[in-house]
Amino acid sequence: MSLAKPMVAERLERPVSSRGHSMQIRGLSAYYGAKKAVDGITMDIPANHITALIGPSGCGKSTVIRCLNRMHEVVRGARAEGEVLLDGENIYGPGIDPVQVRRLIGMVFQKPNPFPMMSVYDNVIAGLKLNGRLDKREADAIVERSLRQAALWDEVKDKLQASGAALSGGQQQRLCIARTLAVEPEVILMDEPASALDPISTLKIEDLMQELRERYTIVVVTHNMQQAARVSDFTAFMLAGDDRVGRLVEVGPTDEMFTRPTEKRTEDYITGRFG
Amino acid sequence: MEASTVISLTLGKTDTSLKRRKLVDQIFTILVVLSALIGVAILALLLFYIILRGAPALNVAFFTERPLPYGEPGGGVAPAILGTLQMLAVAALLGIPIGLGTGIYLVEFGHGRFAEAIRFTVDLIAGLPSISVGVFVWSLIVRHVIGNFAGLAGAIALAIIMVPIVARTAEEMLRLVPDTLREASLALGVSRRRTILNVVLPTARTGLVTGTVLALARAGGETAPLLLTALGNQFFNFDLLQPMAALPIQIYNYAVGPYEDWHTKAWGASLVLIGVIATLSLLTRWATSRSSFKAR
Repeated sequence: MSLAKPMVAERLERPVSSRGHSMQIRGLSAYYGAKKAVDGITMDIPANHITALIGPSGCGKSTVIRCLNRMHEVVRGARAEGEVLLDGENIYGPGIDPVQVRRLIGMVFQKPNPFPMMSVYDNVIAGLKLNGRLDKREADAIVERSLRQAALWDEVKDKLQASGAALSGGQQQRLCIARTLAVEPEVILMDEPASALDPISTLKIEDLMQELRERYTIVVVTHNMQQAARVSDFTAFMLAGDDRVGRLVEVGPTDEMFTRPTEKRTEDYITGRFG
Repeated sequence: MEASTVISLTLGKTDTSLKRRKLVDQIFTILVVLSALIGVAILALLLFYIILRGAPALNVAFFTERPLPYGEPGGGVAPAILGTLQMLAVAALLGIPIGLGTGIYLVEFGHGRFAEAIRFTVDLIAGLPSISVGVFVWSLIVRHVIGNFAGLAGAIALAIIMVPIVARTAEEMLRLVPDTLREASLALGVSRRRTILNVVLPTARTGLVTGTVLALARAGGETAPLLLTALGNQFFNFDLLQPMAALPIQIYNYAVGPYEDWHTKAWGASLVLIGVIATLSLLTRWATSRSSFKAR
């Protein structure tokens, strides 16, 4: 009810320092047409922490993260059931505009996808410009701040007018993160953000995530367990059963999950017995 | 001893098959280059011949004066140039938005039976002989709406010819835009409409322009539908509700006439038509190919 427009405007004007936004997933199931992909996920995503979703291919972890900002339903025939709460408000509630939800909950994709016909500069402010408002000085400030936050400013400050597609893969991904930061979301979702990158670029993204945790709530999907162990505070382990429907096995602080998991299946997975 | 024999035998075999593959490779390279050359050569010959025959007709009067009856020296095809430009402009205004809109609908919104029906209809119109389009516009617009042959009727016929070309190329080009870009935009909290206007269309821009230019060129060269709609005119006319001259009609009229002077003028008018369409193509490309990386 209050995620509708007036409330959103109010939230966007709230000072950055008072941020701290948590999410709760309650009985989330996702479908592609008639086929159920994910069943009954219930878990909490604490504010200003990094929550990792891990699990073997096809366990539905990408589907779950796409449900968290209503990107799942962009695919034709896809739909979700259950509740996803942002600071207590159901983003699937009646009257909620998915476009507004995505402004509050940003997303970084597996493959870097800067807009190829836009410059580095225009890529950063794309989300704001496509939504209307922005004067030049304001835009300059947002571009510099976002690129600094994304640890990319020093590398691109002299080629802001070059094509976004001309950067290296790792730079492109950080550009995509800067683009997401520019709209000042409350939560950032990252769907395997480093899986298409080389080890050095991966390290930069991971360092960046640690910095961003100070100001944002982060959810990251990864099939790389070492990465989950390195970067995340909480880890959720998902697995698809024989019916090929993904379910949550367990969720907990990352240290505990990797040292003494409660479930045998989690232990088997993280010790490399399958997957 | 036996082992080494086997090895040399194997090597020998590999050797001949490698030679064979190299030979096949060379033959196919030659064939491909040859067909490319033949294609270009035919086009070059055509252009060369039209220039050769048409150039003698060109002079200032040819571009500025109206056609004169046989026997009077001089005269030109100015009304036809202006008529073609006017009708193409109106046809473009009608046909390009409808064609682009159809393409956008098919890619971004259309699915299921209705979209299939539209796609089928577009293909059907694309395959329609242009004379049928002329007959249709004549029976509907010329006879019942305007009441006489008119430039506007010609423009409508040309627009009908342009729509499927623009729509199908737009559909192909928009499909080439990766879904990851649409998702990137949506995930920034950008609406569907803005995503299409500001991300999808600019990304496909080059291809969309190509489709538009192709459609313009095709419409610019159509003769049959214009004979039944715009009719042609020996005088200058800027009234779209009156019969209007067009280069293809003028070429046809000159070419079927019995006089040597008219034949030369037909070649000259052909050359002018090629020039007009080439100029339009270049202008369209120039106007839409400015760098998008300018500071705002």
